[in-house]
Amino acid sequence: MRRTGVAVAAAFLSVLAGCATDEPSATPSGAASRTAGSGTGEQSKFFVQADYDNELALLDVSPTGPSDRPWEQALNPKMAETAKFKKPGPYRICFSNAGLNNPWRQVGFKTMQAQVEAERRRIKEFIHVDAEGKDQKQIADINDLLGRSCDALIISPNTTATLTPAVETACRKGLPVIVFDRGVNTSCPVTFINPIGGYGFGHVAAEFVSQQVKPGGKVLALRILPGVDVLETRWSAAKVAFDKAGVNVVGVEFTDGDPAKTKKIVDDYLQRHGTIDGVWMDAGAVAVAAVEAFQDAGKPVPPINGEDQLDFLKLWRDDKLTAIAPTYPTYQWRTPILAALRILNGEPVPSPWKLPQPTITEENLNEYVDADMPPLHYAMCGCTDLPGYPQRWK
Amino acid sequence: MPILPILSVLLVLIAVRQPDFMTPSSLMSFLGRSAPIVLLAAGQYFVIVSGEFDLSVGSLVTAQVVVAARLIDSDPSRTWPVVLLMLAFGSVVGLVNGLITTRLRVPSFITTLGMFLILVGAVYLWSDGAPKGGLSAEFRQFGRRAFEDTPLLGRVPYALLVLLAAAVLAVLLMRSDFGRTLVAVGDNPRTAELNGVRVGRAKTIAFVLSGVAAAVAAIVLGGYSGVSFQAGAGLEFGAITAVVLGGVALGGGRGLVAGAMLGALTLETLFALMNFYGVSGALRPTVQGAIILAAVAVSSMRSSSR
Repeated sequence: MRRTGVAVAAAFLSVLAGCATDEPSATPSGAASRTAGSGTGEQSKFFVQADYDNELALLDVSPTGPSDRPWEQALNPKMAETAKFKKPGPYRICFSNAGLNNPWRQVGFKTMQAQVEAERRRIKEFIHVDAEGKDQKQIADINDLLGRSCDALIISPNTTATLTPAVETACRKGLPVIVFDRGVNTSCPVTFINPIGGYGFGHVAAEFVSQQVKPGGKVLALRILPGVDVLETRWSAAKVAFDKAGVNVVGVEFTDGDPAKTKKIVDDYLQRHGTIDGVWMDAGAVAVAAVEAFQDAGKPVPPINGEDQLDFLKLWRDDKLTAIAPTYPTYQWRTPILAALRILNGEPVPSPWKLPQPTITEENLNEYVDADMPPLHYAMCGCTDLPGYPQRWK
Repeated sequence: MPILPILSVLLVLIAVRQPDFMTPSSLMSFLGRSAPIVLLAAGQYFVIVSGEFDLSVGSLVTAQVVVAARLIDSDPSRTWPVVLLMLAFGSVVGLVNGLITTRLRVPSFITTLGMFLILVGAVYLWSDGAPKGGLSAEFRQFGRRAFEDTPLLGRVPYALLVLLAAAVLAVLLMRSDFGRTLVAVGDNPRTAELNGVRVGRAKTIAFVLSGVAAAVAAIVLGGYSGVSFQAGAGLEFGAITAVVLGGVALGGGRGLVAGAMLGALTLETLFALMNFYGVSGALRPTVQGAIILAAVAVSSMRSSSR
């Protein structure tokens, strides 16, 4: 009891501290490139100590459920009763999707469609509406879906705060609502499904880079863009790890997810510093570009982290890199369908449903590299047993 | 060419701060990775000197890279057909820009802005918002590979050779009758027309040249960075800044293609200098904007006192 009190107080203080030091003039990138030494800059205002502690603790929890089907597993599950939702099938399941605007969501959605196909006997109709990354469209989409006699509604929200009222409206209609990936600020959905999260991702990568870099080595941190919660948490956990290990972070730069920009940034740092001894990334999209920048400059590729995209995994194996790939697994797109069917059958479901978040390392790399799949495919899709594999994902 | 002293000063400042930059291998790599923007500046020069604008080149580069990745789909045997197709695609986009501007009398600013939006939307629709397929190693060599261990120069990127070839062609073209016609068209279309010049045809060819330059830039840039949705983002502004910086008058009729290409190189040198002094890369658009305003102001002050 007392420990929770302390943790909450610490979280509160760290939020206050984050606000107090949030000066618009000191952007992370500018601050970091100006200061020498451990230049990780100010802590992100998105950092919440209690969430951070919780996610790091979850990294060591062994999941309950079938070990060969991680999308059915749960970490520290607390079960929610769903008897009141029980009804006879087959069902009409509706899905309001934030967007399909990146390869991660593309792979995820194909996986979800295949999961629906695998359950064809129990699902008579699957209605999908794509909000194309727009909050306003998603609010309208959810409203429309409420008039289409769905038996269950799955929502992958575009942004947290803006979509919360729409999700609450849906809950009031009495049908079971399942939220996954990004969250909402309400506990009204029957369950919220997602993997451990950004702190876990950023921490695993930063720990690896800290351990592999020789003492005093120069580390470059590459981020996609500022201000997005899932990416801010990754960086803020890495910052804590780097500060604790006393790693010399020579730069924190934003790549916009653009490979050309990434290569130029890495090239710039190589010219400015001569060598770079480690690279940390908040997402795998431009990991290959970063590696190529070292290769094209004729320099050895330093320890680096990517994600589970196949282009990076192939490069890692073929060029024998020192690397690690924490993941934000796309298999989580299977779970909402399974959850909907369980809820409509009156079976209890974990709520929240925390999925395990595996890391690809040197040891298990070969299990995930598949030369026949396209370069932008995500290896952690958990989709090899689904109908239409591999053609559907090509 | 007033751009040469500016470039020299920037190079001296870099040499003071970062002497390593002046080694041949470092310079070669710098020139290689600057090739796409220099190519686009050359293409943009033809359009601007004839009195028009081409805002569509950045999105054309993105479209080319995304289309190439999907068509090649990592299959080496499709490399050359796709390269030819990209050149054809670039010319067609330029031709359409030119015809709409000259035949339908739509101001080129609007024509190419429309083309920009059409290409962005079409690529998004065609690819479902995420790039598919992959570029073959054969395709990527133009942006990544180099002649290793050349005497004196060290590592000479293929991209630099592509750039030199394009530069020689551009200079020869501007010294030909067509070049003189193009400048005359930009200087005073009415006079040119009265002298028997087919103004619309000359301008349309300028747009086609810009489209082809964008295709070559896309081949080099796609090779350098691989497939991406941001491949060409913002390049149109870089190219226009470079052309203006190189002493070419907006509105047409004055300036040299070599000046435009050196303008692009000067811009890249300035960015390199900013990097060595630890200035945040986020300031680059601001610097570009200031250069455009300053260069145009200086040039209009000079022409009004003429």
